[in-house]
Amino acid sequence: MNKLELQKTANEVRKGIVTAVHSAKAGHPGGSLSAADIFTYLYFEEMNIDPKDPKKADRDRFVLSKGHTAPGLYSTLAQRGFFPVEDLKTLRHLGSYLQGHPDMKHIPGVDMSSGSLGQGISAAVGMALSAKMSGADYRTYTLLGDGEVQEGQVWEAAMFAGHRKLDNLVVIVDNNGLQIDGDIEDVCSPYPIDKKFEAFNFHVINLEDGNDMDQIKAAFDEARATKGMPTAIIAKTVKGKGVSFMENQASWHGAAPNDEQYAVAMADLEKVGEALCQK
Amino acid sequence: MSEVKKIATRESYGNALVALGEKHDNVVVLDADLAAATKTGTFKKAFPDRHIDCGIAECNMVGIAAGMATTGKVPFVSTFAMFAAGRAFEQVRNSVGYPHLNVKIGATHAGISVGEDGATHQCNEDIALMRSIPGMVIVNPSDDIEAKAAVEAAYEHVGPVYLRFGRLAAPVINSNPDYKFELGKGVTLREGKDLTIIATGLCVSASLEAAEKLAAEGIDAKVINIHTIKPLDEELVVAAAKETGKVVTVEEHSIIGGLGSAVAECLGEKAPTPMLRIGVKDVFGESGPAVKLLEKYGLDAQGIYESIKAFA
Repeated sequence: MNKLELQKTANEVRKGIVTAVHSAKAGHPGGSLSAADIFTYLYFEEMNIDPKDPKKADRDRFVLSKGHTAPGLYSTLAQRGFFPVEDLKTLRHLGSYLQGHPDMKHIPGVDMSSGSLGQGISAAVGMALSAKMSGADYRTYTLLGDGEVQEGQVWEAAMFAGHRKLDNLVVIVDNNGLQIDGDIEDVCSPYPIDKKFEAFNFHVINLEDGNDMDQIKAAFDEARATKGMPTAIIAKTVKGKGVSFMENQASWHGAAPNDEQYAVAMADLEKVGEALCQK
Repeated sequence: MSEVKKIATRESYGNALVALGEKHDNVVVLDADLAAATKTGTFKKAFPDRHIDCGIAECNMVGIAAGMATTGKVPFVSTFAMFAAGRAFEQVRNSVGYPHLNVKIGATHAGISVGEDGATHQCNEDIALMRSIPGMVIVNPSDDIEAKAAVEAAYEHVGPVYLRFGRLAAPVINSNPDYKFELGKGVTLREGKDLTIIATGLCVSASLEAAEKLAAEGIDAKVINIHTIKPLDEELVVAAAKETGKVVTVEEHSIIGGLGSAVAECLGEKAPTPMLRIGVKDVFGESGPAVKLLEKYGLDAQGIYESIKAFA
């Protein structure tokens, strides 16, 4: 996909996120929207995956360690063809396979159940280690929240990945700067995040604009070229990106738009989509 | 009387892992800086490339095992029961139990027979914790023979299994040539009509001894070894309760949430029966030689005999 196509796809992913969360009357739009461009790049460009064969043995793996942003992952998987986009409206509904947090047992394309923060990265490390031990060449990606890195288990996993020189592992931190209780710097600052990963023997890439496709591509290319150590991409993003009233608002971490807000959000995204079509 | 052979089930675990590793390439063993104590060091010697020391980070270790299981490996995760079931409980629940991944937890140093290390390391709550996780199979073998069979059965079973091993050498009691291990099936070791002793793990041999002491006083006790605490062999438990009218459970675990609770829950619904639960009575342990501790907490043959005599 070229840049414009990726941007258009990311915009569709955002519409799916807002639609799913609106329909669920609950969920986490802020961190789903901030990571929408990264999700899109991973599933449409970076990863070796096949929606027709979601469990193929040599596929690249993705673990959504910040599992609460399941709407972002689901919307991307749906756009990529793992399941119908229409099903996004069943998010969090009783009886739906689209559980509030990723469920590998029932959702095509989900490689690991996750949601309890700090745990996904360990599973991703296990997948990467498994590939090394078996001589398999698939790569493993995991997306963490910048609040999530307050969990000690993240650093246990980082220490192990660095120690084992897992260069088939890419840890991405969605650094949107906000967590439920407010600014991450006010709650319990995890900064400097880059220096911490460096100290655990990671190659660190500071992605200045994690909502920019060119920069995202450059970061993943650099990660792929990195040998002998795992890579951490610290991606500066905008929480709620693309929806005017949600941008940079901690209150939209875990709240659903009402009908009126939903209409505004969709209009915002339609505008973005139209602008992209003019290009 | 010839000397009874004794071996700690953690030793059996290490040996069984080697045998399993020889047969199956997908077996990997993870440890958290306790390989010498958990006996996975035995496996490390035989298969250094398939032994992964995660350092002192049990929560991460469980997560790594979960990730490996998604790729077709069969990880055996080892550390002390306190850290496997206790510290990493939520990782076991959410990263292993919820996705029902094929991870085996080899928890050693369970119960007060850890001995001198004292209360912080004596886990009397692990069965209770693991029993609460849907789909978790829990096996608490009574001796070397059963422990080895349990490791093999855990590999064959697809899904999470919690294996509970001890530090203290346990007498070999299953050398009977007809012995057959089947997950979820209890074993009747002694017939009796006055009451049933249902024991697990280290307490099985002591319960057999206690039954002999009771017999000398005219109390005829049936003895059942429940190695698989979950799923519980309810059929056997209910039949024994109906047959003998009284049930005593014996375990090196808190009387809350372990074998005693599992049996009480079953009988309460299916065949209400007067019961006595012998175990650690809602207290923390303490430092001391393992044998002395078992004596002090009433879990040796004499203690079990005395408790049952007062109950029967």
